[in-house]
Amino acid sequence: MILLPCPHCGPRNASEFRYVGELAHRPDPNTTGTGEWRAYLYLKRNPAGWTTETWLHRAGCRRFLVVERHTVTNEVGSVRDAAGGAGPSDP
Amino acid sequence: MVIVGAGVHGLATAYHLAARHGITRVAVLDKGYVGGGGSGRNTAILRSNYLTPEGVAFYDRSLKLYERLATELNFNVMFSQRGHLTLAHNDSSLRTMRWRAEVNKLAGVDSEVIGPAEIKALVPLMDTSEQTRYPILGALYHPPGGIIRHDAVNWGYARAADALGVQIHQNTEVVGIDVAGGRVRGVRTSQGPIAAPVVVNCTAGWASLIAAMAGVGLPIMTHPLQAAVTEPVKVFLDTVVVSGTLHVYVSQTDRGEVVFGASVDPFASYSMRASLEFLEEVAGHVLQLMPSLAKLRVLRQWAGLCDMTPDYSPIIGTTPVEGFLVDVGWGTYGFKAGPAAGEAVAELVATGRVPDLIAGFELARFGTGRLVGEKGAAAVGH
Repeated sequence: MILLPCPHCGPRNASEFRYVGELAHRPDPNTTGTGEWRAYLYLKRNPAGWTTETWLHRAGCRRFLVVERHTVTNEVGSVRDAAGGAGPSDP
Repeated sequence: MVIVGAGVHGLATAYHLAARHGITRVAVLDKGYVGGGGSGRNTAILRSNYLTPEGVAFYDRSLKLYERLATELNFNVMFSQRGHLTLAHNDSSLRTMRWRAEVNKLAGVDSEVIGPAEIKALVPLMDTSEQTRYPILGALYHPPGGIIRHDAVNWGYARAADALGVQIHQNTEVVGIDVAGGRVRGVRTSQGPIAAPVVVNCTAGWASLIAAMAGVGLPIMTHPLQAAVTEPVKVFLDTVVVSGTLHVYVSQTDRGEVVFGASVDPFASYSMRASLEFLEEVAGHVLQLMPSLAKLRVLRQWAGLCDMTPDYSPIIGTTPVEGFLVDVGWGTYGFKAGPAAGEAVAELVATGRVPDLIAGFELARFGTGRLVGEKGAAAVGH
């Protein structure tokens, strides 16, 4: 079991989250070309080591999170809200 | 030339190079031992009832090569063509089964949709009642599918390739690939450098890392796939049973052990640790299909690494680096493809022409958008 320390909900089992994939910068659809767009869609770094990814806390705060994780040991480093701020506004 | 990876793909490529094309100045390198990666960790299921015409033709060729492999290699690979059932628990999967059956029949592959009564006749322990969470509506039945002894396939290819003069180096890790002027010059290994005009990446799990050494980016994410095996019991199951809805496949080996597998773990990782979560989930799903297995004890579980591509089809052929070829991205379906992939890659190396069988699987398709979507038949296919 992998615990992900959600900045809003605290440590939770990874099964509560949806793994979205490597953090990638999306090109502007209005100015990008097909080559750049397909590279964004398909090409991955897939490193064996530390990587930065996007996870969605589906069964929790439903926020997108930026997670640093080691892909060989599954050790989790920093976790922050993808929006960059402290978190969602009060309900 | 150098082949990286001494699994079924690397060894089959080396064997076909030597046996069909007389090319024997071949070194097969592996950082571990022969068949220690995906080729020894899969659940040994063979079938060819895929979804796309490209996929069906390719896997059918592989199945044909497997059918005569024991004779060709003079090694008992114990291929048992006991039939393969893919269950449908809802209308949409039944529709996909019908679609696959029609594509298969057009390609001359024995494949048909059958109903619950026929399934019950094939697998008497199956719960085909309507009193379950996911009642069985039908199945895609593929009589030529079955199971094989995967270690024997690896050893058979290794022995035959070795006898023809191929050099197999175990415990020899590739640590770098030399590229100059846009073409490959050789590899650097933990045992020293090897100069070579052709280097083929036949690794599974580490395909991205090897390709990156040559400066080639791949559309691959590596996910673990777990499997488990029970204590041996009297023979009760002589077909392979797969359920995409329940994410499980079950078969019984000739020794009587029941082998379970599932879909890949839900996030990318190079970790091969097995998890209790997987075992609980897969055991629960097996019991939904065959409740009377509740007292079976699990002997062991393990994981292998799967290089998943966006379209669930492999990447075979040339790359932007001249002389650097790939036979990678084999996701969860690499073992059953080994012989056909080895045959095709050997032909590509020997003739310089891309064989028709693998023309659709080139790396360049991710630049042109001509993907070969096999998710409907390969996600939990097996």
